[in-house]
Amino acid sequence: MTFIRVTVIDREGVSHELEAPTDMNMNIMELCKSAELPVEGTCGGMAMCASCHCYVESAHGETMPEKSDDEEDMLDEAFHVEDESRLGCQIQLADALEGLVIRLAPVG
Amino acid sequence: MIQTDILIIGAGPCGLFTVFEAGLLKLKCHLIDALPQAGGQCAEIYPKKPIYDIPAYPDILAGDLVERLMEQASPFKPGFTLGERAESIVKDDEGQFIVTTNRGTVHRSPIIAIAGGLGCFEPRKPPVERLADYEDRGVEYIIKDPEFYRDKKVVISGGGDSALDWTNFLADGVASEVTLVHRRDGFRGHPDSVQKVLDLAGQGRIRLLTHGEVVGVEGDGCLEALTVKHKTEGNLRLEADHWVPLFGLSPKLGPIADWNLNISKNAIEVDTFDYSTNVDGIYAIGDINTYPGKLKLILCGFHEATLMVQSAFKRIYPDKNLVLKYTTVNGVNGF
Repeated sequence: MTFIRVTVIDREGVSHELEAPTDMNMNIMELCKSAELPVEGTCGGMAMCASCHCYVESAHGETMPEKSDDEEDMLDEAFHVEDESRLGCQIQLADALEGLVIRLAPVG
Repeated sequence: MIQTDILIIGAGPCGLFTVFEAGLLKLKCHLIDALPQAGGQCAEIYPKKPIYDIPAYPDILAGDLVERLMEQASPFKPGFTLGERAESIVKDDEGQFIVTTNRGTVHRSPIIAIAGGLGCFEPRKPPVERLADYEDRGVEYIIKDPEFYRDKKVVISGGGDSALDWTNFLADGVASEVTLVHRRDGFRGHPDSVQKVLDLAGQGRIRLLTHGEVVGVEGDGCLEALTVKHKTEGNLRLEADHWVPLFGLSPKLGPIADWNLNISKNAIEVDTFDYSTNVDGIYAIGDINTYPGKLKLILCGFHEATLMVQSAFKRIYPDKNLVLKYTTVNGVNGF
């Protein structure tokens, strides 16, 4: 099994260093849920609820897959959206994301 | 007053399958749902998405699954109270539950099955300060009657079909002024509606503010103006009689949270023996319940529904012995 290090900053500003498996077909939303961080993942990962909205704080923007239309559309309906906003459920854990830092967006 | 054997709160897949399983035991069901149609999330959020983990269906569209569940339930003539939210619950002298909706419809039943999924779908409210002060005083999240907006200055926010459709509708001789505010210049709605909005904007019949977001509301008692934060032009002030933010729906546990049920992490705790809650006669099945090892899957909800109705039967008829009948032997005999 291969792991990368991912840092998730929760809504209180606390950093959580997580070991994230890259061979389990997992995404950031699922990683947060498995670490019992306060991410609902209401729609189950279909880019349909924005409850896993987060900001990419590290310089991984370039190495990430581009936002799909579904993700863009959902972000339209989300709040507190910034340039570095993504939906965690649309970011698959992959080796290229070693050292990724994300911050959870406010709820609402 | 509507009397039934099992009152199901939530008409999603799990609630609908309960009707079938209860029907096999000759128990009649009535369903309440806050949405205007049956099917829950499957119908409201992702009707056109395929589901791959329904046994015997390698794939099935969520909307089709709902249709088939409705068909399967139909011999047992379920009743529906749709577009209403189960609000309050009390027990009457005979130990039956009285459930009243937000619109005052009264239901009576010895058994309640909460199959509420993620909760009630409610409009997503943008995080704007003092927004609540202007609700129904110029801020509405749903357009019920377009005539309400006749000769008014209306601002709509959002980029989906409802935002586009209402912009087009209100601009067609209803409102005196229509402005559409959207976060980017792409729209998710139907291409025809998008084109129509762009045409109207081109003709100067609506104001289209893309790369903008409403960040402030103001007015003396009623809404008078909005502040729009624009990506390049800074803050703009827009006079408005009405602001209609259309950002879709999101689920909230809602009034059920106040029904004295044991709740843990937004879910109702149940006993896996029969999916009963801490309140006698109230069960919780599907995504809304929690227990050790819980998985939020439709197929698990079907299982929970099946065991739950057995227990419900024994509560209603404590003296009758229930023998499981196979549908392959007896067929399905409707009411």
